[in-house]
Amino acid sequence: MVGIIKYGSGNIYSVFSALKFLGKEVVFIENLKMLDKVNYLILPGVGSFASSMENLEKIGLLEKIVYKLEDGVPFLGICLGLQLLFDWSEEGKIEGFGILKGKVVKFKNKNIKIPHMGWNKVKVLKDSLLFKDIMDNSYFYFAHSYYVKTQKKFIIGKTNYKVDFPSIIVKENIVGTQFHPEKSGEIGLLFLKNFLEGKWLQ
Amino acid sequence: MVAIRIIPCLDVKDGKVVKGIHFEDIRVAGDPVENASFYYKEGADEIVFLDISATIEGRKTMVDIVKKVADVIFIPFTVGGGISSIDDIEKLLSNGADKVSINTAAVKNPNLIEQSAKKFGSQSIVVAIDAKRVGDNKWEVFIESGKTPTRLDVVEWAKRVVDLGAGEILLTSIDRDGTQEGYDVELTKTVSENVNIPIIASGGAGKLEHLYEVIVNGKASAVLIASLLHFRILTIPQIKKYLKENGIEVRESK
Repeated sequence: MVGIIKYGSGNIYSVFSALKFLGKEVVFIENLKMLDKVNYLILPGVGSFASSMENLEKIGLLEKIVYKLEDGVPFLGICLGLQLLFDWSEEGKIEGFGILKGKVVKFKNKNIKIPHMGWNKVKVLKDSLLFKDIMDNSYFYFAHSYYVKTQKKFIIGKTNYKVDFPSIIVKENIVGTQFHPEKSGEIGLLFLKNFLEGKWLQ
Repeated sequence: MVAIRIIPCLDVKDGKVVKGIHFEDIRVAGDPVENASFYYKEGADEIVFLDISATIEGRKTMVDIVKKVADVIFIPFTVGGGISSIDDIEKLLSNGADKVSINTAAVKNPNLIEQSAKKFGSQSIVVAIDAKRVGDNKWEVFIESGKTPTRLDVVEWAKRVVDLGAGEILLTSIDRDGTQEGYDVELTKTVSENVNIPIIASGGAGKLEHLYEVIVNGKASAVLIASLLHFRILTIPQIKKYLKENGIEVRESK
């Protein structure tokens, strides 16, 4: 069973419906008890960095999620759900989970529109079964003003918006995408399917 | 770099699409879910629903529609029309809409932009501006479906909504809307150059060249299209092929 962590306000239904479409059993995780029932975990991205950290702490999920990650549960963080895994964010100037080394910074180029909104290409940097049947430089949907800065060894896909930024990162059982696979059409669904097949883990 | 978005706009009234696709592939005439699904498969980059329901019942129906649409299309979609509170926004977003578009309520209560952007993130808050030309390089903001003048200057208002946290501006030229004479390129360019968030150009598309002009000269990040697509004068693959041949980056749909 796949668990989607419900922790803030915004569109949480679309990840749910994408997984349903793929024929998966899905539940929303709103408390600690439910967390033990799932073998795949998804942290969607909704709201702002500070309010998300606050909400996760309030419902007591923050620590428990970290344990789950250390236990090796396959995990997907989407957009803000990826950013929350890092040490620190410029958005609200506060600390994140600290599971991944690096920080979250804002796009600074004056010649670009912010948020980075729309379809952009993901350049594959490292082979992974997450990309099974997906061509290099495929378009995915993005909607964000901040991006992560981290060590090269975790970055398996990058995207350019005047600046190159990591659009997919993988560290052991943890996957993070800056784009929204649930909103990236058929290619996005394929990516989610690959993630849930778990073959990328080996 | 980011591709130019082609966005079909569907007008929904009391649960039915009123300016829907006019041809036989759609099994249930006026069904919003079928219309959205059609454009999703055709390669739309995003879809906008404009709820023009006059009744409270009609608005409630919209929330059900949103959920059904979210079950069959896996691209972003926006819902606009009559949104006036945080509660309205919450209902739509938690049921599967990715963004809401606020127009009249934003002018009457600019606070709503700030509060909703804080709560749901700027990326989900679109402010729709209906602009009417009132002089040389000067436009006024109109609200209530373009009926009521506000004395607000479009450029000043656009800057203000950005400061309040809007993530995008859906900019409609009242003068060009429905004319098929082309977008108001000057309007789009002026607003686009004055704010650093994406501008969706709307109103007046009549042929392929119009799309090219508003993207290249008007500096629009996306184009909203209604009749041209609904009446099958153009198709999304045709539009993307044309734009690509003319050097504009588009997401190719298969």
